[in-house]
Amino acid sequence: MRQGQEVSVAGSRPPDEPVLVKIRGLHFSRGDRKIFDGVDIDIPRGRVTAIMGPSGTGKTTLLKLIGGQLAPDRGTIEVDGLNVHALGRRELYRLRMRMGMLFQSGALLTDLDVFENVAYPLREHTRLSESMLRKLVLLKLEAVGLRGARHLKPAELSGGMARRVALARAMALDPMMIMYDEPFTGQDPISMGVLVKLIRQLNDAARLTSILVSHDVAETCAIADLVYVISGGRVIESGPPEQLRESGSEWTRQFMQGLPDGPVPFHYPAPALEADLFGEAA
Amino acid sequence: MKTSKTVEILVGAFVAAALLALFFLAMKVSNLGTLDTSDTFEVVARFDNIGSLKVKAPVTMAGVEVGRVSSIGFDQERYQAVVKLAIYRRFDRIPDDTFAKILTAGLLGEQYVGLDPGGSDTFLEEGSEIEITQSAMVLEEVIGQFIFGKAKEEKQ
Amino acid sequence: MTEVLARLGAGWILAVRHLGRSLLLLLRILEGVDELLLRPRLLVEQLFSVGVLTVLIIAVSGLFVGMVLSLQGYYILSQFAAESALGVMVAASLLRELGPVVTALLFAGRAGSALTAEIGLMKATEQLSGLEMMAVDPVRRVLTPRFVAGFIAMPLLAALFSALGVLGGWFVGVGLLGVDDGTWWVQMQARIDWNEDLSNGVIKSLVFGFVCTWIAVFQGYNSVPTSAGVSRATTRTVVHSSLAVLGLDFVLTALMFK
Ligand SMILES: Nc1ncnc2c1ncn2[C@@H]1O[C@H](COP(=O)(O)OP(=O)(O)OP(=O)(O)O)[C@@H](O)[C@H]1O
Ligand SMILES: [Mg+2]
Repeated sequence: MRQGQEVSVAGSRPPDEPVLVKIRGLHFSRGDRKIFDGVDIDIPRGRVTAIMGPSGTGKTTLLKLIGGQLAPDRGTIEVDGLNVHALGRRELYRLRMRMGMLFQSGALLTDLDVFENVAYPLREHTRLSESMLRKLVLLKLEAVGLRGARHLKPAELSGGMARRVALARAMALDPMMIMYDEPFTGQDPISMGVLVKLIRQLNDAARLTSILVSHDVAETCAIADLVYVISGGRVIESGPPEQLRESGSEWTRQFMQGLPDGPVPFHYPAPALEADLFGEAA
Repeated sequence: MKTSKTVEILVGAFVAAALLALFFLAMKVSNLGTLDTSDTFEVVARFDNIGSLKVKAPVTMAGVEVGRVSSIGFDQERYQAVVKLAIYRRFDRIPDDTFAKILTAGLLGEQYVGLDPGGSDTFLEEGSEIEITQSAMVLEEVIGQFIFGKAKEEKQ
Repeated sequence: MTEVLARLGAGWILAVRHLGRSLLLLLRILEGVDELLLRPRLLVEQLFSVGVLTVLIIAVSGLFVGMVLSLQGYYILSQFAAESALGVMVAASLLRELGPVVTALLFAGRAGSALTAEIGLMKATEQLSGLEMMAVDPVRRVLTPRFVAGFIAMPLLAALFSALGVLGGWFVGVGLLGVDDGTWWVQMQARIDWNEDLSNGVIKSLVFGFVCTWIAVFQGYNSVPTSAGVSRATTRTVVHSSLAVLGLDFVLTALMFK
């Protein structure tokens, strides 16, 4: 219904910027609930692309679809020219080695300490010598500021620390692309600033492609090259952050400025409150 | 992986203890320890009725196990059971006129072959035949005889 | 009426679906066995949590079951003046039935439930998803070592159980009740057949090990990833494993001891 306000980036993209992740006509539902209803997204290579949207719209689900952990009902997702859901198990795993993912919950292995968690993908997929591995892991931990915490178990970390360890682990294999699921949640202003810079630096130095899912409008706009706003199973608007901030769309403005009143519903779909409260009596 | 050394030691000890237990069960609890089939010689005995004698039943002499039943066959011409006994080779001085009978161990027990020595100077060896045998006691026959005897007695 | 029928039908369809799903999972688990040979350390770690941590309860239970068997057996056998068969009775009951079966039941309660809870929690905390995104197959890396360890540990635990049971029975029968030591062992060796009794018992516990760990691993992997879901899966592991062990024991006994 809001397609009219959709701003396409496909046309404005320079030809020398190939697309790494190409999503076309994506449909996905959980039970009866439609999560995606025809979504088209292009993630340009070597850029930071942010996916924003109200809680529960399916941002985490989108990342899992890109990673091949969930399969769409309809539509295709191509990563680096490969159709993720048409790959055999072996090819899919080879592709995943080139993708890093930072889970919303961290998803660290609880019976390994911080060092071993970061070393895990290296031990699994490379034959590095122990001393080389140690250096690499310590460098990654240094980057997230947790070199000193290497002997702690995940249970001894705070939520924010766990997420930073997970980030170090996601970077361990130097992937071509990292998906960050809410990296800023639970970070204090200082580590937040460091993380924002780190994500940007990683992206520029290693010519990485970053997909960033976040609610933090200010931080996200500071580092994203491109923003997709999704809601109600559709892409509402997309474009560079400056463009979105000046968007004519009432919806986008409400979301970007965090206004409680506007077209974005704060509530999960429900009957009217009065009906719910007094419905039984009537 | 600091604790991996203790883990390895404990797992090793666990597997070793379990294998030891298995060895104990095999050698000390089951008959695997007493089963030395290579060191036996075979003799034949014919019985009119072996009752419920089974292969591997013990062969004893004066209550001591001297061998095992190694096979049970049937002679179609003489209508007799052909029982082969594997006697341990160290018992090489059993007279060849020894008497073999089928006995029952305990009230509900299994049947076994008991040997009573004869007086001959020649001894049993590979392939000899025990000539004198006594069949198993079959409960129905014993009871039948008993009733038959009683009836006879009463008649007289 | 139709509602009841419909619900019954749905229950059956769900059960068949779960069976199919667990079979497919089993195939994937077995596919990973060759890879496990390259990483024996994973197996050792799992043998620790499945085997070593279960030894204590198995050893104590075995000892006491053997002692009780001896005590009860003595009262019955002495009425027939057949105390000499006490060792045979204790050993045969342990090797054929109690060793494999009681070990499997204890295993389901101690190791099986722990396996389910661990895997279920790994699923609930997205650790399995995390492995998948690191291009590590959680079935091969997490499930296969646990499954193989359970399969190996069960017969070893059952052997410990039976051996300690025989010793416990010996302690009561010979030590306390005065059965002759020589009679105890000689009668036992004469009547317990290594093939008929011992091997069949080992085969039983191999089967139980396979089934119990399969159930435990499947329930964990298939659990609803919440704390309530994991606790329900843990209960199901114990119940399903126990029923499977008792049912299979009947079938195996009927097949083995004709
Ligand atoms: N395993 C599941 N089974 C059923 N429904 C699910 C499941 N996981 C997520 N959902 C539903 O899918 C929708 C999208 O979930 P998702 O986790 O992708 O949201 P999100 O956009 O990441 O939200 P947030 O910003 O709060 O993390 C939610 O409405 C949720 O109810
Ligand atoms: Mg989310």
